[in-house]
Amino acid sequence: MDIKMQTADRNLLLELSGELDHHAAKDAIRELELAVDAALPRRLLLDFGGVTFMDSSGIALLLRAKRCMDALDGSMQVCHVQPQAKRVMDAAGIGRLIHIKQEGTV
Amino acid sequence: MRKSVNYIRLEFPSRSSNEGFARMAAACFASQMDPTLNEVEDIKTAVSEAVTNAIVHAYPDSIGKVSLKAKICEGNILEISIKDAGKGIPNIDKARQPMFTTGGDGRSGMGFTIMESFMDALTIHSTPGRGTTVTMRKKIASRANGQR
Repeated sequence: MDIKMQTADRNLLLELSGELDHHAAKDAIRELELAVDAALPRRLLLDFGGVTFMDSSGIALLLRAKRCMDALDGSMQVCHVQPQAKRVMDAAGIGRLIHIKQEGTV
Repeated sequence: MRKSVNYIRLEFPSRSSNEGFARMAAACFASQMDPTLNEVEDIKTAVSEAVTNAIVHAYPDSIGKVSLKAKICEGNILEISIKDAGKGIPNIDKARQPMFTTGGDGRSGMGFTIMESFMDALTIHSTPGRGTTVTMRKKIASRANGQR
């Protein structure tokens, strides 16, 4: 799993690519927390366009990101979710907690 | 009991680096059933969840054996069992509830929910102190039977 980071005007964009399973999620969650702590963003955008596989470990990552942003009183969105990851998100009902959109830029 | 047409059996240590291998192996084996892309993704996702459970929950402080058996049964049904000899699940009904986890912050508690929604049937046998076997079945719609 690779994570690319961009910040502009307290918007934080994280572009995730690769397979997001339990093996990858441990490091990805740590990286996400470090990025949020450093940027203290008002808005977090997670670009899932490069995520080729995701299981419930990705749900844990999204819940953690949501908790980080709630603590900052900020907002978060997930974009460019591929079909397999979308079906995992739908099965977990994550759309009730997190805004998932198809198009997005910071 | 359905007659088995073909099967594989794999055994590996409960290291997280084997999660990707296990789901790819199951998907490659199932490819002879001529599944759709969605069906392949369903199989990979469900296997990933079951193997992760064995790695995280069966052997929380040690490395143990995980075995995966995939079987093609008559009627183009894929049956996958993931077995460990770890600590077992004290309360299966509770473990199956969405959002329930003993795995801490890194886990979502959605593993069994996802296995249930991506496969047709899920059975869990567990004996505390002896281990757990998760068996999942899925009918692969694209062909009439498992033989080419």
